[in-house]
Amino acid sequence: MLQYYMNTTEPMSTRITPPAIVADNLTKVYGAEKTTAVNAVSFMVERGELFGLIGPDGAGKTSIFRMLTTLLLPDGGNALVDGHDIVKDYQQIRHTVGYMPGKFSLYPDLTIAENLNFFATVFNTTIEENYHLIKDIYVQLERFKDRRAGKLSGGMKQKLALCCALIHKPTVLFLDEPTTGVDPVSRKEFWEMLKRLKEQNITILVSTPYMDEATLCDRIALMQQGSILAIDTPDAIIKSYPDILYAIRAEKMPALLKVLGTSNTVATSYAFGEYAHATFKEHIHQEQDIVSMLQYAGMDNIEVKRIQPTIEDCFIKLLHA
Amino acid sequence: MKEAVIKTENLTKRFGDFIATNALTLEVYTGEIFGFLGANGAGKTTAMRMLCGLSIPSSGNATIAGYDVYRETERIKKNIGYMSQKFSLYEDLTVLENIRFFGGIYGLSDDEIARKSDALITQLGLQNEAKKLVSGLPLGWKQKLSFSVAVLHQPKIVFLDEPTGGVDPVTRRQFWNLIYDAAEKGVTVFVTTHYMDEAEYCNRVSIMVDGKIEALDTPHNLKKKFNAFSMDEVFYQLARGAQRAE
Repeated sequence: MLQYYMNTTEPMSTRITPPAIVADNLTKVYGAEKTTAVNAVSFMVERGELFGLIGPDGAGKTSIFRMLTTLLLPDGGNALVDGHDIVKDYQQIRHTVGYMPGKFSLYPDLTIAENLNFFATVFNTTIEENYHLIKDIYVQLERFKDRRAGKLSGGMKQKLALCCALIHKPTVLFLDEPTTGVDPVSRKEFWEMLKRLKEQNITILVSTPYMDEATLCDRIALMQQGSILAIDTPDAIIKSYPDILYAIRAEKMPALLKVLGTSNTVATSYAFGEYAHATFKEHIHQEQDIVSMLQYAGMDNIEVKRIQPTIEDCFIKLLHA
Repeated sequence: MKEAVIKTENLTKRFGDFIATNALTLEVYTGEIFGFLGANGAGKTTAMRMLCGLSIPSSGNATIAGYDVYRETERIKKNIGYMSQKFSLYEDLTVLENIRFFGGIYGLSDDEIARKSDALITQLGLQNEAKKLVSGLPLGWKQKLSFSVAVLHQPKIVFLDEPTGGVDPVTRRQFWNLIYDAAEKGVTVFVTTHYMDEAEYCNRVSIMVDGKIEALDTPHNLKKKFNAFSMDEVFYQLARGAQRAE
C-alpha cells in the first residue's frame, strides 16, 4: 500500500484531500468452507478517476463493492473511502457515496418520479438541487415519470437506478456491473453517460465482465478468483504484453485452430472473432515463416498480420501465467 | 442438399397491440451454428420460446425438427436441447444426480444414463467432482456441464440463450469448442449472445431489430454488405435506430 502513496506525485503529507478510495489488503471469506472471495486486494482510486474492476463472475467484484459501500464487513485488511474507514466510519460513507448494485434494487411499486424523490429526500436534498447531474439521463425517462419502476424495461430501470444513485451528488459513484446482459448498442450509450459524469468530477468505480469496456476506463484492475492480476492504465497493460502477437485467418477456421493448437512452433493460440490469435516460439521470426508453416499443413487463403494485443489478449495471457 | 431443421414463415407473436415478433422467416440447416442476435427487447426471447414449443404463435408457420409449432409442441421438446445462463442445472443436486435427472426427463434408459454419465464425466474431467453439489462448481464448469446435459439425449437442435455471459475469456473459448464438437456431430446450434466476437464463430447470423429480422447472412457477407470491419459495427449500424428497448 505504501508503494501507492510513493508513486503518486503528491506526497501524502501535503495532500489537501484524501484519495477517493484506498483498499489495503482487503479480504473476504465466506461460509463454513472458508471460500476466499476477495484475497488481499489493494488498489487506490484518485479523485475524479474512472476506475474499472474487470473480470468474470466469481472474480470478487461484488464483494469488493459491498465492503467499500459498508454493506459487508471485511475479514481482513481495510479500506478508506473519501478518507473514511469502511468499518469505523460507515455512517459518513453512507451519506456521501452513491451505489448502483448489479441487481435492480429500487422500489417496484413506486413510480419513476417517486423513486427519485424518495432517494433525494433520504439524503436530505431535492431533485432540483442536483438536477444538472441527472438531466442528460432523466430527460430520457421524463415522459414515463408516472410509470411504476417494476413495469419499466431493463434499459429504463438501469437509467433510473443511475439517477437515484446520483441525486445526492455523491463524491464516489459505485456501479456494479451496470452493463451485464445489455446489448452492444445500449452498452455504448451507457459508457457515454459515464464519460459525461466524469466531466462533472465524480469519481467512478465500475465493474464489468466485458473486456472491451476496459479501454473506456482511466485505469483498470484485471481480476480473477478474488485476486488482482494486473493494475494500470489500459494502455500500459497492453504495452506490457510480453510476446509478439499475430492475427491469422485461413479458408477453414476450425481446421486452422486445430493446426495451431497442435503445432510445436506455436506457444499459444485461440479463436478471436474472425481471426485466430497466436504467439510463437523463438525460431519463428516473421509472417512469411508462419504462412509457410500453415501452407505446409494444408491451409488455404492464409492471412497473417502482426497486431497489438487487446485487453482480452492480456487477460488470457495473465490467466496462463 | 441442405436439410432445414428449423423452418419458419412469417412467424408472428402479438401481445395485445404489441407485436413482439413480426413475420419471422428463416431456415436453419442441419449441423449449422446459427447466431440469433438483436438488441434487448428486439423479440429474441419471444421467438426462441415459439421455436422451443413453449409459446403458441399468433400467426405464421414453423416446423422444428419436422414438427409443427402449433400441434406438436411435445414432440418438439423431446427433440431439442435448451440451455440458458439463468437456468441450467439444479444447484442442490450433485453433478451425477443432475445428469441422471435430465437423462431421465428425456427418456433415456438406465443403461444409457449410466454409460453416458461415465463418458461425460470423463470427457469433462469431473471425476473428482461427480458426487459434489453443483452449487460448489466454478461458473465455467457449470456452463460446460449444463451444455453437455442439454445435448445428452442427442437432440437434433440445441438452443443456447446467452450461454457464455459472465464467463472468463479462456472458459468462453473452451465452451465454443464444445459447440463446434456438437455441430460436427450434426447437432444444429441456435445461439444468442451479446459478445460480437462470438457472432464470428457462427456459420450464419440474423440480427433482429424491433421484432423483425433486418439482416441474415454469413458474418463475412454481412461485413461486406455494411462496409464494416467487425460484426460489432454491423450490429451497431442496424440496432442504433431501434425504437424498442427492453
